[in-house]
Amino acid sequence: MAKEYNLKRADFIFRNENDWENILSRTLDKDSRELINELISSELKGRGGAGFPTGLKWKLTSEAEVAQKYVICNADEGEPGTFKDREILMKVPFKVLTAMAICGYITGATKGFIYLRGEYKFLQPDLQKVIDEFAYYCKEIGFDFSIEIFMGSGAYICGEETALMESMEGFRGEPRNKPPFPTNKGYMGMPTVINNVETLAHTYTIFKHGAKKFYDLGVQFSRGTKLFSVSGDTPKPGIYELELGMSLSDFVDEFGDGDTKAVQVGGASGFLVPRKRFGETSIGYKGKLTGISLPTGGSMMLFNSTRSMFNVLDNYLEFFREESCGQCTPCRVGCQQLHMGIKAVKQGQKPAVYLDKLLKLTETMQYTAKCGLGQSVANSFSSIVENFREEMIY
Amino acid sequence: MDKKINVIINGVVFETKPGKTILDAARDAGINIPTLCFHKDLCVAGNCRVCVVEVVGQNRLAASCATPCNENIEVLTNTLKVRTARKHIIELLLSEHNADCTRCYKNGNCELQELAAEYKIMSEDLIPLAPYKNYTIDMFSPSIIKDDSRCIRCQRCVRTCAELQGVNALSVAYKGDKMKISTFFEKSMNDVVCTNCGQCVNHCPTGALIEKNYIEEVWEAIADPEKHVVVQTAPAVRVGLGEELGFAPGMRVTGKMVAALKNLGFDSVLDTDFTADLTIMEEGTELLTRLKKVLVDKDDNYKLPMCTSCSPGWVKYIEHMYPEMLENLSTCKSPQQMFGSLAKTYYAKARKLDPEKVVSVSIMPCTAKKFEADRPEMHDSGYRDVDLVLTTRELAIMIKQAGIDFMKLPDVKHDRLMGDSSGAGVIFGATGGVMEAALRTAYELVTGREVPFENLNIKSVRGIEGVKEATIKIEKPLDNWSFLDGVELKCAVAHGLVNAKKVMEAVKNNEADYHFIEIMACPGGCLGGGGQPIPTNPEIRERRAQAIYEEDAGLSVRKSHENPEVIKIYNDYLKEPLGERSHHLLHTNYTRRERY
Repeated sequence: MAKEYNLKRADFIFRNENDWENILSRTLDKDSRELINELISSELKGRGGAGFPTGLKWKLTSEAEVAQKYVICNADEGEPGTFKDREILMKVPFKVLTAMAICGYITGATKGFIYLRGEYKFLQPDLQKVIDEFAYYCKEIGFDFSIEIFMGSGAYICGEETALMESMEGFRGEPRNKPPFPTNKGYMGMPTVINNVETLAHTYTIFKHGAKKFYDLGVQFSRGTKLFSVSGDTPKPGIYELELGMSLSDFVDEFGDGDTKAVQVGGASGFLVPRKRFGETSIGYKGKLTGISLPTGGSMMLFNSTRSMFNVLDNYLEFFREESCGQCTPCRVGCQQLHMGIKAVKQGQKPAVYLDKLLKLTETMQYTAKCGLGQSVANSFSSIVENFREEMIY
Repeated sequence: MDKKINVIINGVVFETKPGKTILDAARDAGINIPTLCFHKDLCVAGNCRVCVVEVVGQNRLAASCATPCNENIEVLTNTLKVRTARKHIIELLLSEHNADCTRCYKNGNCELQELAAEYKIMSEDLIPLAPYKNYTIDMFSPSIIKDDSRCIRCQRCVRTCAELQGVNALSVAYKGDKMKISTFFEKSMNDVVCTNCGQCVNHCPTGALIEKNYIEEVWEAIADPEKHVVVQTAPAVRVGLGEELGFAPGMRVTGKMVAALKNLGFDSVLDTDFTADLTIMEEGTELLTRLKKVLVDKDDNYKLPMCTSCSPGWVKYIEHMYPEMLENLSTCKSPQQMFGSLAKTYYAKARKLDPEKVVSVSIMPCTAKKFEADRPEMHDSGYRDVDLVLTTRELAIMIKQAGIDFMKLPDVKHDRLMGDSSGAGVIFGATGGVMEAALRTAYELVTGREVPFENLNIKSVRGIEGVKEATIKIEKPLDNWSFLDGVELKCAVAHGLVNAKKVMEAVKNNEADYHFIEIMACPGGCLGGGGQPIPTNPEIRERRAQAIYEEDAGLSVRKSHENPEVIKIYNDYLKEPLGERSHHLLHTNYTRRERY
């Protein structure tokens, strides 16, 4: 039976009709409760990778009754293999600013921040110009909302929302205990919406075209489109907007080089899928009824048969042991043990069964680490070690 | 207001208050959950992850110290998943830790060691990480040794230094595998704003921060037949020492302590309480002099408020943080240093000893006292005034080494000549004690009458509140002090340097018009000092404070100026408070220090 080709390209995010002034004024005329319901019905989920329902996040923040609230755009795009937010901020920054302002209108926040990754310093001057222009327009239409850029300093962990807020408040970028969540106590202890750049860009699409148009794209539990940062052993690396829910084999048919051995979905903190599982794996949020559904912040790394999976894992673990904030035990020490452990096995200083001990350790890291970083190290570790065990040993 | 919620722990329903954490609720219900980074004195960090529990309905485990209870939350504290996770975490900590326990000062009193024993971590599966880290041990401070190889990064010391003390000498540096607890520019503890208070030592669960111990030096001095070794015991030691030797917190072991010290071989066992009384005479007189100079003579050379100077942690703090206010600090030496200079002058002369042969040892609840004894100006006797300073903990170690059955010791009194004390000297060990003692004497000196409080107990300066205030109106003074008639003497008491900062900021910004301020660096005063038995927490300090006030209430002499030995020393030797000899031996000056 011939398989149906269902890789569907889309073009919403980067299509620039330069209509943001119109969209902003039009949306600000609507009732904010109506807008939240619109957003909830679109079933948009956070595009940073965690997939929290965006409408719910905005709703929770809007319900808090305090004078000061904040909107933060998380542009600390640090996941290895992800480079889509940079492109959005370069090409369609107005969409993001407009979405932040609408979010402010809905939630009652009057102050927005863009937390810009330290390495994206070069974006700052142009982005500032756009912000100034945007501020001018807001003033003109009498809408009270201001946006400021906050420069990150280069720590991966500061992409974690509460570490990001700590860093903005002038403290060490260390994740906080949750609860309370940012919707209750975020930046400066005030209710805060924090969204990924791409998520905000999608809300623009929703406010422009209506929730239905967005909802009709994608599949159940994974509605709408998503930007993918395609890299690795591919003839056409780049950024692509695709409908969610595609199968990995379709993806590889489109982007592979004919010799694809495995795909890392979701960057270093995501999962490695070997060729034999391409067919049963689809890209989307958890909740798919059958088969495997993998979420991604957008990073899709393809590896062909020339690549050593040991080297890949070694590289990821080196990254994590350096980028862990270091506060919680499972992440700080766990990453060091995993990294040194696979090397010890490779060099014959530890027996092959030591890998099983490490696999159990990653389970503990997943259950007990304080934030998403330590919890997700298990993803790449277990998927690589389980699928390419012989490459770890010999 | 007293709303209650139900929590279900291991299948049993318990009531708790909203806002309580799972850990609180479990402990209230008598269910133990292990912890490491958690400490009752400090804010919740939630970083060691040892206290994880299963919350039914959640895949991930929750850190019980950091997770508030919801209505009907269902918690499991002892499942396979929980035990495995805890065991893994302890294994991870041990792999990072220099687990050479037999060569650790904290061997036997280490929370990590206890957990390892409880979870029977026998295997050496994981790769020991300490050898890869090039740790060095910071031994430059005379008070505190910092050994990063024993550190488990729980950040208790960091939180202590910030929250209890407001000093921030210790903080977190670097990230990931290089993350460590460090100081400004990774300098030695000796070269930063560290006040040597030792609260970090008291709050460290392992042997990463310990006092610099001088046990061997003391044994050597005792063994030397040429040397006459005198020892002084600080007020707070007698209410803490018992905890190290099998007694419950709050037990007064004054008599047993003296017996033990005699057993150890000290030639004379004397009391810092005596010089505490002497401090009151000097400091009380200084206060009255300052009041006269400022209020009547309008002399700019004298400053009010006058701050106490008994606490060496506080003295170093003000030298770093408020050097412009050093003139507000009383010039009196601390009781330890007064004792030191008298031991090699007054005492040596009376006992016909060669001061060069006198070794002066002090037992202190404090690590900063080691630094204080080491100050270059503390040589007024012509020799180093105090040769060796031991903490309460070090004394307990010596008693154990000597094979003494402490519990069975008889009660013995301190030797005479500098061994007698009043209740006022005793309460120096608790926050507010110096204030209370000073008021008992100063008020009587000025008015000829006792302080107008029931049983001499000035309750307003007692207790655990961070900053306490008291006002005493002086009425119908004696003729010499007529200028004080109707004056309301305004006093403040602060303990914990973070509270000292509040008071000093208020003074600096002219928001407070105190005349006299007592400041103790440690929470609860000396009884919560950095050299006291570990663990410490609010309940333990409360019990020690009770014991101190009981000791005071039980003494017949409760006012410093009525201590017969104090009267004697002024008659025989010093002549009068603030007199020439006093000035030479009992007063000092201070050093302006930079913050960086």
